[in-house]
Amino acid sequence: MNLKVDQVVKKLTAASGRDRTRMMDVVRGVQAELGCVSGEAMEAIARELGCERVEVEGVVSFYAFLSKQPKGKAVIRISDCVVCRMKGADKVTEAFEQALGIRVGETTADGQIGLERTACIGLCDQGPAALVNDVPVTYLSTEKVSEIVDSLTATGEPKKLVKTLGEGKNATERIHSMVINNVRKKGEVIFAGMEPGAALRKAAGMSPQEVIREVKTARLRGRGGAGFPAGMKWEFCRKAAGERKFVICNADEGEPGTFKDRVILTECPELLIEGMAIAGYAIGAEQGIIYLRGEYDYLRAHLEFSMAQMHEKGLLGDGIAGKKGFAFDIRIQMGAGAYVCGEESALIQSCEGQRGSPRDRPPFPVEVGYLNMPTVVNNVETFCCAARIVEKGAGWFAELGSKDSTGTKLFSVSGDCSLPGVYELPFGLTISEFLETVGGRDAIAVQVGGPSGTCVNPEMFDRRICFEDLGTGGSMIVFGPQRSLLDAASQFMDFFVEESCGWCVPCRVGNVLIKERLDRIRQGKGQAEDLDYLEQLCETVKRCSRCGLGQTSPNPVQTTLKHFREHYTQRLVESKDGLQPTFDLTAALGDAVEAQGREPVFHED
Amino acid sequence: MSDEITFTIDGVEVTGTQGQTIMQAADQAGIYIPRLCWHADLSPGGSCRVCTVKVNGRAQAACTYPISEGMLVQNETDEIREWRKSIVEMLFVEGNHFCMFCEKSGNCELQAMAYRFGIATPRYPYMFPQRDVDASHPDVFIDRNRCILCGRCVRASRDVDGKNIFQFVNRGRETRIAINAEANLADTALSAMDKAVEVCPVGAILRKRVGYAVPVGKRKYDHEPIGSDIEARRAKS
Repeated sequence: MNLKVDQVVKKLTAASGRDRTRMMDVVRGVQAELGCVSGEAMEAIARELGCERVEVEGVVSFYAFLSKQPKGKAVIRISDCVVCRMKGADKVTEAFEQALGIRVGETTADGQIGLERTACIGLCDQGPAALVNDVPVTYLSTEKVSEIVDSLTATGEPKKLVKTLGEGKNATERIHSMVINNVRKKGEVIFAGMEPGAALRKAAGMSPQEVIREVKTARLRGRGGAGFPAGMKWEFCRKAAGERKFVICNADEGEPGTFKDRVILTECPELLIEGMAIAGYAIGAEQGIIYLRGEYDYLRAHLEFSMAQMHEKGLLGDGIAGKKGFAFDIRIQMGAGAYVCGEESALIQSCEGQRGSPRDRPPFPVEVGYLNMPTVVNNVETFCCAARIVEKGAGWFAELGSKDSTGTKLFSVSGDCSLPGVYELPFGLTISEFLETVGGRDAIAVQVGGPSGTCVNPEMFDRRICFEDLGTGGSMIVFGPQRSLLDAASQFMDFFVEESCGWCVPCRVGNVLIKERLDRIRQGKGQAEDLDYLEQLCETVKRCSRCGLGQTSPNPVQTTLKHFREHYTQRLVESKDGLQPTFDLTAALGDAVEAQGREPVFHED
Repeated sequence: MSDEITFTIDGVEVTGTQGQTIMQAADQAGIYIPRLCWHADLSPGGSCRVCTVKVNGRAQAACTYPISEGMLVQNETDEIREWRKSIVEMLFVEGNHFCMFCEKSGNCELQAMAYRFGIATPRYPYMFPQRDVDASHPDVFIDRNRCILCGRCVRASRDVDGKNIFQFVNRGRETRIAINAEANLADTALSAMDKAVEVCPVGAILRKRVGYAVPVGKRKYDHEPIGSDIEARRAKS
């Protein structure tokens, strides 16, 4: 037996109390220390946590940042998000391949540097971007590639790549990152600044029911994208029976084109923490979890620092805001690269050290959630709004925004516009107004709500951005006239194929089939019937999939088919001879030709 | 009884008890809802989605969705039949299925489902995945070409056999059933008599040396379509 593996596993499992539900911390730790979670490590982890090895393998193989095979000491993960690719990520990737002498997916012969692609890392406004281990590297260009490779080869230290620091708290020692916040517009709710403790002190003077009533009166809707009324969620959870309850913050923003929570976590984590503690007070929970996406690992020390400070000020821990019995504490649960974990029940599975496959609902997490206890899961921004509602009053909040979408919303704006970044704007503005604000007047399309949202055409630019019209979790991708929307749709489908958890058939298989036929059309080999075929497939996947991922994954195709149909029809071919023009006889015979070593004879009339 | 629940499936009044799923209540009433990952002796999986029905207008999996008073369930509509057919066809193209010489032919639930839906050939292109066969075990073999990832073996091994030998690994299209060993089924605690072996609906996990024992014409689905046993209950009542 490899002593080192055994030692590391024993140390890490002991640190997490040999608790099977803390598997994520253990496997992440093993990956970080040993460069992989080998079969041997799986055996050891299973032994220490009292489970089977295949369970460990199930978890390790689920998350993109974990691997059974050894990875390079430094792994360069280039974001292959649509926006980063619009900004030149493909050229950068090629340059890395050349400079390193390896292909994507490989590791240099000395085991020092690995090269991979990864789903959107939340840096679209400063792309092309990559993560080198946990260090974000932004504004990549082919020119910068050799510099990065040289630095990594010489030092083996990704942190040394940080030469300039971003503004605000990005420049602190705890974050020490080149990432910039890019806040273009501060609104009244999130970025207005709040005196620490103001909301918690107010809450402490209210009853839990009053807090819930306040949030309900403000008509706060969840900011993650679905828009479920937060006050109602809290009330359900408060009423649900359970010996313990939990508050979980979903800081796993993975929707391509979304990065607004990154800025909240950087600049105002205290507001989030207050919101979580208030939620705990309202539902009767003393324990909270921040599920932080693996891509934001560089913010972890900063969040821990903020929590420690809140403890010192009496705003976390026991007797919050001087109120006896008001206790609340938070731990951070790191993710490891899985978009589907942004789905609340998958997120809970991950917090429990399982594969991030969503659960069947009902029961909903408010009744049966983390450790089967009633659990509230809200988005980062939602908790921040809740804190501000308690501080300033429901009336103040409800006056902002539109009738059914009160308050302001953070938008992550990227793509073909002159002012990408984060905007806090009231709900209800039109797409035209939005484009005017972000410098995107030439737009031919806007992807509202990311790939799982809607691709809107110019005729729809008078539509309003709010849950009663065009809902969004904040991702807004602007497409200029030079873009092919079908290429974008195809890349979005790649994303969903990659990120599907694989549990249910329509999502696991259907998305692959959608992508195949879309690509056929893109290559000029599609027929009119293929559009019906796609529509049928999209419908099956949407209706029959178990969770929100599959229920929205056909949207890039379905909404472009609806709003940009001419982009498809232009590429269709007509059958001249009644035969399928899509059928490529030479390609179909390729394997046989190779096996037999002789060419077929074609007879032409 | 107070925990009795009445609802309708395609307009037919059905009575079940509190805590039952739509599938359980429908089975009792002799209404067949097609299913593949479901098995009578196991907890429901909810993964194949063949049992998709509409509940008050919204698509749900009948095997996991609880019944409630007055709910309107749609089962046999053109729209739903189309979804189910589509899903079964997806399963055929996702794997490498060779009914004509598979030991499970005639007793295979996937094949029987295709017959029930009148699927002559899938409308989707075959994916022809590279999948492996593990014949290391003396009494059992796994042919992943024929696996539909229903997860019955996972649930049976965990919940009935208490062995946890099977588990899903990877994700998305790469998802597959792994075993509790580095490489070979022979290195696991699997026995040919395990529930996990018995419940496979297709020819993916099979006992050795017992194939083709039943002649064509006498196999399970040779004369009556899958689901007939359940529908017979309704005919009787």
